Amino acid sequence: MSALIVESVSKQYGSHRVVKNISLKIEAGERVALLGHNGAGKTTLIKMMLGLVPMSSGTISMLGEIVGSRKARKLSGYLPENVAFHGSLTGREQMHHFAALKSIAKKTADEILERVGLSHAIDRRIGTYSKGMRQRVGLAQALLGKPKLVLLDEPTSGLDPISRHDFYDIIEELSGGGTMVLISSHALTELETRMDRVAIMSNGQMVANDRIENLRQHANLPIRINIMASDKSAELIAKNLNGKRINGHIVELFCNGDEKINLLKRISNMKEKISDIDIAPASLEELYRFYSAPKNEEGEQSNV
Amino acid sequence: MFEVAKLELLIAKRNLWVAISITLMVLFTLVLTLAGSAPTGTLGVDPIIIAATSITTLSVYFVPLLALLLSFDAISGEIERGTLALSLTYPLSRAEILFGKFLAQLAVLAVAIGLALLLTAIISLLLNKGVSMSFTPLIWLFFTSILLGASFLGLGYMVSALVRQPSVASGLAIVIWLVLVILYDIGLLGALVADNGGFFTKSIFPWLLVFNPADAFRLLNMPDIANNVLSSGLGAAKSVTNNIYSFISLLLWPAISLLLAWLVFRKVEP
Repeated sequence: MSALIVESVSKQYGSHRVVKNISLKIEAGERVALLGHNGAGKTTLIKMMLGLVPMSSGTISMLGEIVGSRKARKLSGYLPENVAFHGSLTGREQMHHFAALKSIAKKTADEILERVGLSHAIDRRIGTYSKGMRQRVGLAQALLGKPKLVLLDEPTSGLDPISRHDFYDIIEELSGGGTMVLISSHALTELETRMDRVAIMSNGQMVANDRIENLRQHANLPIRINIMASDKSAELIAKNLNGKRINGHIVELFCNGDEKINLLKRISNMKEKISDIDIAPASLEELYRFYSAPKNEEGEQSNV
Repeated sequence: MFEVAKLELLIAKRNLWVAISITLMVLFTLVLTLAGSAPTGTLGVDPIIIAATSITTLSVYFVPLLALLLSFDAISGEIERGTLALSLTYPLSRAEILFGKFLAQLAVLAVAIGLALLLTAIISLLLNKGVSMSFTPLIWLFFTSILLGASFLGLGYMVSALVRQPSVASGLAIVIWLVLVILYDIGLLGALVADNGGFFTKSIFPWLLVFNPADAFRLLNMPDIANNVLSSGLGAAKSVTNNIYSFISLLLWPAISLLLAWLVFRKVEP
């Protein structure tokens, strides 16, 4: 049984359609990144998945349970965007409250706070926490009760690079244990290697939903090759290969996937003039820009 | 539900505003008790009745204000912080959240009122040694004050759920306080003068008075006519309107305001 099944879900506020006929299926243990510009409908979609916002049409189920039901709520963990807990409570008090709501032992709650790296501040008031620390409390409560589905809205905002690393380690642990993880984020570079699948929303529509490699293939974006020329040969390389010199010793080339091998052969023919070479396939950021560009709305891009 | 109440009490304990308002309530009561005790010896009236009457006039203004200031943030504040969305993803119903908050804040009100009245009783005992007195008016005042507070807590939650910003909710709460506690009476007074003892005065006015929780509270705590040293304009209405209606009104108000709050809260999208 799929962990999460979203079937033709729409949401309308007055005449404004925020979410347009979205279907999505996520399996247990799968990590999915939900991308989209501000106002694309990501948060509304997540809130509908949790039963917080009623759907205008469509259905969503979590492991066969209706979203918003007590059973579904016990199965899921959620981290809202920009959550700010009451400043006069300590981290421990806030966590114990959430643990009690899910009938979980206080000891377990303390252990999770330790796992997210808050043991040093556990008895300090949340009002004195930094944004990153508050975010950790938010993550900690989402992990309470070993949820089968975890939905995180902008979880890494406000986290420093090391905390982000820790965060993705926790996500990996979760998915290793069979928990489905859905993350909505703008931090594209860090998601690239950490997620199994990417779903991109634009203006309330799902414009892409696949593994990154498949999206790359489908988008067929040019591959970028940077050639570092050994002294003074940059001009020559640029001329020979029809590339662009971006400074004194670097030449930039673009090619499609099918031309790659031939081009590399031509490059290696000039190997004595080259000191280094860097080949980069389209980054998630470029893919994101490609898929969320307005032209996709007309359906020129079939939804994968 | 009790988990929500527990957390709210924890928050209230550390809330500076709660501490200040309890102190104010106690201080005002103290002053009223001390000031009111001066003339009683010559009049031969139970000092407790004098104190209870003064405190009633204070409570009519202060208890609703305290209740509204406790409650306006209850839902709008959680929406703003984003914790409402979170709470609702836990196995917890909206009614439980609302009622949990209500229980905790009612307890805060009870502590404030209880402390103030206990102090009144102690001071009255100390100042009037040997004078016979009955504490029933204070106990009655305690319970009716809590009912009055509960009514306005419910109205506060309703406002809090109706608008999403705490700042707007606080403004609306003050408007509710002004209208129900002050302007309502002024309006009635104006109508009385204009009517000059006609149909309105005899048939409608008493019911309008009973309908308002603050006025119902006042009617219930005014001393009996036989003992009516401090009789005010309200005394006349009291003879017309049976106390039982005021009591029913004060009993119904918390239930109705909480129900309204729940109906609004049910529709809130966090």
